[in-house]
Amino acid sequence: MSTALYILVMAGVTYIIRMIPFTFFKKKIKSQFVKSFLRYIPYAVLSAMTIPAIFYSTGNIAAATAGTLAAIVLAFFDLPLIVVALSASLASYIAGMFM
Amino acid sequence: MKSNFFRGMSHGVPIALGYLSVSFGFGISAVRSGLSVFEASAVSATNLTSAGQAAGIDIIASGGTILEMILVQLTINIRYSLMALSLSQKLDKKFTIGHRLMASYGITDEIFALCSAQPGMLSPAYMYGMILISAIGWVLGTFLGAFAGQLLPESVSSAMGILLYGMFLAIIIPPSRKQKSVLCVVIAAAVMSIIFRYLITAVSSGFAVIICAVAAAALGAFLFPIHDEEEQE
Repeated sequence: MSTALYILVMAGVTYIIRMIPFTFFKKKIKSQFVKSFLRYIPYAVLSAMTIPAIFYSTGNIAAATAGTLAAIVLAFFDLPLIVVALSASLASYIAGMFM
Repeated sequence: MKSNFFRGMSHGVPIALGYLSVSFGFGISAVRSGLSVFEASAVSATNLTSAGQAAGIDIIASGGTILEMILVQLTINIRYSLMALSLSQKLDKKFTIGHRLMASYGITDEIFALCSAQPGMLSPAYMYGMILISAIGWVLGTFLGAFAGQLLPESVSSAMGILLYGMFLAIIIPPSRKQKSVLCVVIAAAVMSIIFRYLITAVSSGFAVIICAVAAAALGAFLFPIHDEEEQE
């Protein structure tokens, strides 16, 4: 299958998800379950995407684990996204030199 | 009109800088998954989202079906519907249908966060300014990562493969620390994801993410329903 088709489908779906409620939806969602579900979805998605994939993200499980630990500690202390992301990368780079 | 545009741009500078570095990591991952520099940049220019793109290139790399792509993008990006819904209540009179159609392209987590924090109503010019500078950062970073990723030493480019995941952790950990409901959802999703990875290997990674996320979010909604206006943290 051609990569262009995949990209077109990705872009189309992502746009429609944003466009329909932004352009046409006027009412507020009432269902508490649906509201709660939508509120939790981003965290659930990101968690499922990150674990355990993060441990395979650098091609060296030990180095990636060092990066993951760095990210967890810095994120725990509420550091900005970019600081956490770059530190994870730096930690796995440094760990990768020894392991 | 013009001043709103530049105000939006200046508010968007921190977003653009953050995007520049994170999308650098996306560019590297995309090329490693077999996309060309142009294709990687095209994904970023047309999607403007991190998690959805990361999952999308996994599906492309593994030769997944189009249905899988649609369902994965729907699940991962459905949160934008809620953000779009919330922003739609905050648009000023200049926001005609045409402006709404255009500006909906740029609803990301960070742009949503800044726009909803703005006092008063939102004008199209303000949103365009913020979206433009953010999109430039996102696409430029992707291009540079995809392009220079091939020139960087292997040790550096492989270490940057963790960038996006690091950002994801930075999004989920602080609210998990503060709210036990979010922590429960995050742990449930992670445990299920591990089970799929090692025990139920017949299910593709895209569908596994959908199943884990829907189940964990439903569990959270069932155990910890959110009351009234505490949706924003």
